[in-house]
Amino acid sequence: MTTAERPAASAPHGRYPTERVPAHARDLHLTDSVRSARDDARAQGGQSGEWMPYLPASGSPYRPPGVDPAALVWAETVAPGGYTHKALARGTRLRFDDPTGDACAHLLLFNALEPVERLNVADTLKIPWQAYLGENHPLLSGDGRVLAVVSDDSSGRHDAFCGTSTDAWNERKYGDARPEGPAPSGRGLFLKAAAKHGLGRRDLPPGVSFFQGVRVGADGTLGWRGSAGPGTHVELVAEMPLLVLVANVAHPLDPRPDYVVGPLRVHAWRGAPTGPDEPRFTATPELHRAYLNTVDYCEARGL
Amino acid sequence: MATTRTGNTPVTFPTASGGTVASTVPVGAVHAPGSPLDRGASLVEGAVVLDDTVAPNAPWSAVVRRGHVLTIVDVGGNQSADCLLYDADDPEERYSVPDTLAWQGNAYVRTGTVLRSNEGRALMTVVANEIDRQDTIGGACGKESNTLRYGHHVMFQHGCRENFLAEAGRRGLGVRDLVSNLNWFMNVPVEADGALGIVDGMSAPGRRVAVRADRDVLVLVSNCPQMNNPCNDFNPTPLRMLVVDPAAVAGGTRSAAAAGTLGGTA
Ligand SMILES: [Zn+2]
Repeated sequence: MTTAERPAASAPHGRYPTERVPAHARDLHLTDSVRSARDDARAQGGQSGEWMPYLPASGSPYRPPGVDPAALVWAETVAPGGYTHKALARGTRLRFDDPTGDACAHLLLFNALEPVERLNVADTLKIPWQAYLGENHPLLSGDGRVLAVVSDDSSGRHDAFCGTSTDAWNERKYGDARPEGPAPSGRGLFLKAAAKHGLGRRDLPPGVSFFQGVRVGADGTLGWRGSAGPGTHVELVAEMPLLVLVANVAHPLDPRPDYVVGPLRVHAWRGAPTGPDEPRFTATPELHRAYLNTVDYCEARGL
Repeated sequence: MATTRTGNTPVTFPTASGGTVASTVPVGAVHAPGSPLDRGASLVEGAVVLDDTVAPNAPWSAVVRRGHVLTIVDVGGNQSADCLLYDADDPEERYSVPDTLAWQGNAYVRTGTVLRSNEGRALMTVVANEIDRQDTIGGACGKESNTLRYGHHVMFQHGCRENFLAEAGRRGLGVRDLVSNLNWFMNVPVEADGALGIVDGMSAPGRRVAVRADRDVLVLVSNCPQMNNPCNDFNPTPLRMLVVDPAAVAGGTRSAAAAGTLGGTA
């Protein structure tokens, strides 16, 4: 019965110095007793990798310019095909960086205190009378409030039409959608991120994505425009306590046959929500009323 | 097939649909070329109800009907099969490590171990086992707990908790339904001074364990992707999941062996 099956390609997280898992990987480890296994495990500490969270966040090697390290509350590089999630205080600044031009930050936002309140993409486009996300564009909930606002944007290539990929889409496009595989769907990753906050399938609304642009043609055609190149960023202000889910996966309309997505950097730091004296607060009548609703909710809750 | 990653250069992987895709995603490692694999056979006689192969790194689930026997084959040897059990009709009743251990008065799982629920009742029973002892102390690996064990650089490696969450989600279950689990073919000794940890396994290609369902049971399995400790021999291999109905032996007659092993289960 013993056979040697065709092995799948191996890319073991760069763990091994050679290209493949050694035929006798066990030879690299001494793990024949609890004590030796413990020593083996502990010897692995202190390494860094291409994608990882940086703790404490103040020690991030990629701290955004001008940000006080002591104010950082989140610093992480999300792997291609990876996801992350965090609950953030009201006022927190959240920044995504695309170092390679191939990141695609799919985003879902919830009111962290009452997650039934969540991103409403239709309102996010309809209320501001604008289809394309950019500076001062609010990310609105279905309850008439500003969950977050885009406070800075050096990319201009974003999308609020296509949402994220599903298993069915990726299976058709790549022949694979397994969350542990080479072509995970955004929804599959959001499900795992949501689960870690007690949320499930019905809690995942349509989302937005940053860094891979889509434009609507005159006939309605959704045209993928790709990224603005390496080194762009988007910054948000959390106007409410936020639960943030991020999936870094290929955009559904990415025309490349390969599943190409680059690492995504995430930083967040303490700050204040947009205040009534700031021009953004009253920039448009709709935004003004959305901010009044938001402040009303937050003040009643003692936030 | 290039396997070196530099920047955003895609690497070619086999797909679930049988093709290939080039991808920049850092997926988990699988067994080295030439690893010996033995797919074995069911440990008890019966009509085959299900015969699945679980790829390295992948999750799996199935409902095993009352009286049916699930044989898990450690195809490549020392491959941890992290496993959770639920009453198929009432998943709030689920596998319980302390109930299983306290009822039998022993910390290890062997032939005869009744796998009990959080209500103290039998979900499944180990009816045959080809390694010295099976583990239910060591729990499942996960992205988050891996950072405690090995460092933050492993955060984006795949883990069993990820598999459990993904597969549980397909069954209408979620994070609240994940509890401490079984680890078939994993070796977690408790030494005399209390030292406890995962050490080199005692299994080998083709070794098996067989569990009989004492009621309709939802079985969730994660084929463990861990590459930082010996629970998979640093060489993740497939698992074979074989379910047979011993009461319906092909040909219509129950063999004496099967009847003896499974007497009184109807
Ligand atoms: Zn595991």
